Amino acid sequence: MAQNPMRDDPTPPPALARTSAARIAVNVDGVAHLDEVEPRLLLVHYLRDRLGRTGTPIGCDTGNCGACTVDLDGMSVKSCQVLAVQADGRRVTTIQGLAGPDGAWHPLQRAFHEQHALQCGYCTPGMIMAARDLLKDNPDPTPEEVRDALEGNLCRCTGYQNIVRAVLAAAAELRREGAPEPRGKAAGAPRASGQEAPA
Amino acid sequence: MTDQLTGQAPGREVGRARTRKEDARLVTGQTTWTDNLTAPGLLHVAILRSPLAHARIERVDVRSALEREGVVGAFSGADLAEGLGSLPCAWQVTEDMVLPEHPALAVDEVRHVGDPVAVVVARDRYTAADALEDVLVDYEPLPPVLDLEAALADDAPLVHADKGTNRCYTWPLVSGDYAAARAAADVVVRRRHHQQRLIPNAMEPRASMAVPVPATGEYTLYSSTQIPHIVRVMMALTTGIPEQKLRVVAPDVGGGFGSKLQVYGEDAIALTLARRLGQPVKWTESRSESYQAQHHGRGQIQDVELAATRDGRLLGMKVDLLADMGAYLMIITPGTPLLGAFMYPGIYKMDAYDFHCTGVFTTRTPTDAYRGAGRPEATFAIERTMDELAAELGLDPLELRRRNWIRHEEFPFTTVAGLTYDSGDYAAATDRALALFGYDDLRAEQRARHENLDPVRLGIGISTYTEMCGLAPSRILGSLRYAAGGWEAAMIRMLPTGKVEVITGTSPHGQGHVTAWSQITADALGVPFEDVEVMHGDTRVAPQGMDTYGSRSLVIGGIAVHEAALKVVAKARKVAAHLLEASEDDLEFADGAFSVRGSPEARKTIQEVAFAVFAAHDLPEGMEPTLNAEHLLDPDNFSYPHGTHLCAVEVDTETGKVAIRSYVCVDDVGRVVNPMIVEGQVHGGVAQGIAQALYEEAVYDDAGNLVSGTMADYLVPAAPDLPDLVTDRTETPATSNPLGVKGVGEAGTIASTPAVVNAVMDALRPLGVRDIRMPCTPERVWRAVKEATAAASAAADAAGKEGPS
Repeated sequence: MAQNPMRDDPTPPPALARTSAARIAVNVDGVAHLDEVEPRLLLVHYLRDRLGRTGTPIGCDTGNCGACTVDLDGMSVKSCQVLAVQADGRRVTTIQGLAGPDGAWHPLQRAFHEQHALQCGYCTPGMIMAARDLLKDNPDPTPEEVRDALEGNLCRCTGYQNIVRAVLAAAAELRREGAPEPRGKAAGAPRASGQEAPA
Repeated sequence: MTDQLTGQAPGREVGRARTRKEDARLVTGQTTWTDNLTAPGLLHVAILRSPLAHARIERVDVRSALEREGVVGAFSGADLAEGLGSLPCAWQVTEDMVLPEHPALAVDEVRHVGDPVAVVVARDRYTAADALEDVLVDYEPLPPVLDLEAALADDAPLVHADKGTNRCYTWPLVSGDYAAARAAADVVVRRRHHQQRLIPNAMEPRASMAVPVPATGEYTLYSSTQIPHIVRVMMALTTGIPEQKLRVVAPDVGGGFGSKLQVYGEDAIALTLARRLGQPVKWTESRSESYQAQHHGRGQIQDVELAATRDGRLLGMKVDLLADMGAYLMIITPGTPLLGAFMYPGIYKMDAYDFHCTGVFTTRTPTDAYRGAGRPEATFAIERTMDELAAELGLDPLELRRRNWIRHEEFPFTTVAGLTYDSGDYAAATDRALALFGYDDLRAEQRARHENLDPVRLGIGISTYTEMCGLAPSRILGSLRYAAGGWEAAMIRMLPTGKVEVITGTSPHGQGHVTAWSQITADALGVPFEDVEVMHGDTRVAPQGMDTYGSRSLVIGGIAVHEAALKVVAKARKVAAHLLEASEDDLEFADGAFSVRGSPEARKTIQEVAFAVFAAHDLPEGMEPTLNAEHLLDPDNFSYPHGTHLCAVEVDTETGKVAIRSYVCVDDVGRVVNPMIVEGQVHGGVAQGIAQALYEEAVYDDAGNLVSGTMADYLVPAAPDLPDLVTDRTETPATSNPLGVKGVGEAGTIASTPAVVNAVMDALRPLGVRDIRMPCTPERVWRAVKEATAAASAAADAAGKEGPS
């Protein structure tokens, strides 16, 4: 399930003046970025509007729909509930960073296609990222566990039945392949884009 | 298997569960949602909306917003009014229908929470949102109008004072003599059903981006719409931009369900701002904004009467409908409830039908089409009331249905509402559903739980539905006073290398047209599925179209593709005959190749013909060097899918919680192009119907505030809230088109709501519960049980006091 990694942080982020820019170094899908951002800038807007990583969409403004789910240092988060400054020094993996270096799809991407687990496809990036998080913790979930784990991701097209089917199929394939991918590993070799951050 | 209709073997592709061509971009994030798009110099638009349900606008002052750094423009409704016409309603349902002005930005008065009053344009979206706080608006509150019945009283406050009434129209459909039927009846069951307002909730909120070329006056509007072609016509009429200068693109569109079958003010605002500022502008809706600003669905009060004989034969039906229009009439607001008018009799035979619908203005967000649009409401009314009649008569609800439904051998059948159903087999679908459901065992368990006073009761709900879709024959739309036609366009381009481009006027946003149209084309042309590319959703690429809604795309647009492909084959046949020096009549066409009957070595593939036509060295006399073909199809009839849905629920009488234990749907959508896609449509459709039954409602308070105004407050079901469905099909081909196909996009939604509520009522009727308003939330169920048991024990007490004396 998508969680805000800052939820347990006892100290809330300090209130910063709107005009004071913060400098952040973020690795997104294997590419290092160094940027100046407004402290209030949401991570999802940083990804979409600053980096052009528009594979991660926005479906609501209350953290309910989960369409914007990404991986932040190995934990799935709703990127509309995280500030870009909170991603400073961390690695973000989006749907666009899931395929292998050779372009081969992640088993979840394949399973969603093969099981017809998407129609309009708007929820799909978040749904796949949330399912990937589940399978890291629980490589062999029951259908009920899949449903519960995806509670924070809404789909209006499929009724979820084929999504559950796809997650179970991908889980089986990942188990056949052996070790699931380790937490926090971002795919792809770094490419020059904007300013390079120190590794 | 041979086709039941034509006796021919089905094609290689039609009927195959092809995985979708659409998916590759969608599962990898290589998408073009409108909000993903950008343009050099793009400015961002934010819209200030009314916080009040009804008020006079005394003053809008945008000066401080303009002083904010990064703000490029700020406009009130009055500032933008010049050159911007009223938003269109395309359905003047009666001659005397009241049609109020509907400015894209309110000028004098706001009439619902969310009515737009001012816009700010800035260099980035955060600045635009900030600057909204600098816009000052003085409102003089006016009374909200919320109750449909009270709104019709003579002294009711008015939504549109200049119109003198809140009554929009009254529309009748009368067939046979209902009074006589009622007089002859042994039993008359009368019920009031409430169709709560629903919020469609496509996962992609709307966005509009308008890109001008000031030097030439050309504009491109990118909009998350289901209807780019209709938007183009309507925007040309509304903004005055000449139609030939306006291109409308629906890029990737993230669902619609009717909510994007609309001509929204924000598209007009974006074009107007692009024209004023000479720069591209983009507006992207937030979800909470969407809840106030996108049209809602349903919103009706239904008074329904069924007249029957003691042995359960239906004699007549009477329906009096109050339909909440909301504050304005949008593209088909007044016609939406009337799409259901023809469906209240459902699959049943009766002698008389009396329908009246009155549209009522309220100070709420306008209503319009939401998945099913009128037919879910009608199907709910008949299927719920049939169960009530069965209870009244002491008949099994299935038996009552059997006694009244149209039998397979009676098709084609003209109903009391005047529709001619082309085909169907209600008994076959019902028998299949019963077998999958285990009906008798569940009835036995239900009795046992009742006898044991089990706090968790079992209920069984039935819905034997049909619906009319495939909108629509143009002559019928004309007779209903709808402004446009219901045809669809397709073009096939045969490329020199033998590959194929299909251009469709449908505008898919999740339905899988690219895949399905590829299958249809591959069969007709005998080319590989992979060789077909389907293009849509851009008025420059697909210049003609009527777009996607009303489960019309396959039965009209898909058939148009099929017909266009047959025209390509006919042209290619002439060329092949010429090249083979044979008579056209002697050529056979199979598997993508023409061969001379009797000498199979004399052969030309359609790809060879395509190249020969491209080269144009040696063509038949007078033939143009092209195999391309176009087909515009206007259907003769609607499409009538049907089916039987059975739902078993467990109702916890102590907590009020309803849990769906099993759900079986057997749908008959005629011949199936892609069973995987059909099953997906049924899954999603049923989910939305269950959502109406159990979870969703747009709630307004007494001041007209939308209380369920965010996704945190409006219960779109998540994965744990929905069951696994058992789906199956019967296949009774449509006789109204050459492929025998029927629409499927809305069937699940239409069928499922009454199945679920009938199941809840079936569980609780023995406790004395008479009705529960949708959504059947735990609180409502719990209260209904409490009230019924309290009433029962009071009655028992009273009986006890009287008894022994």
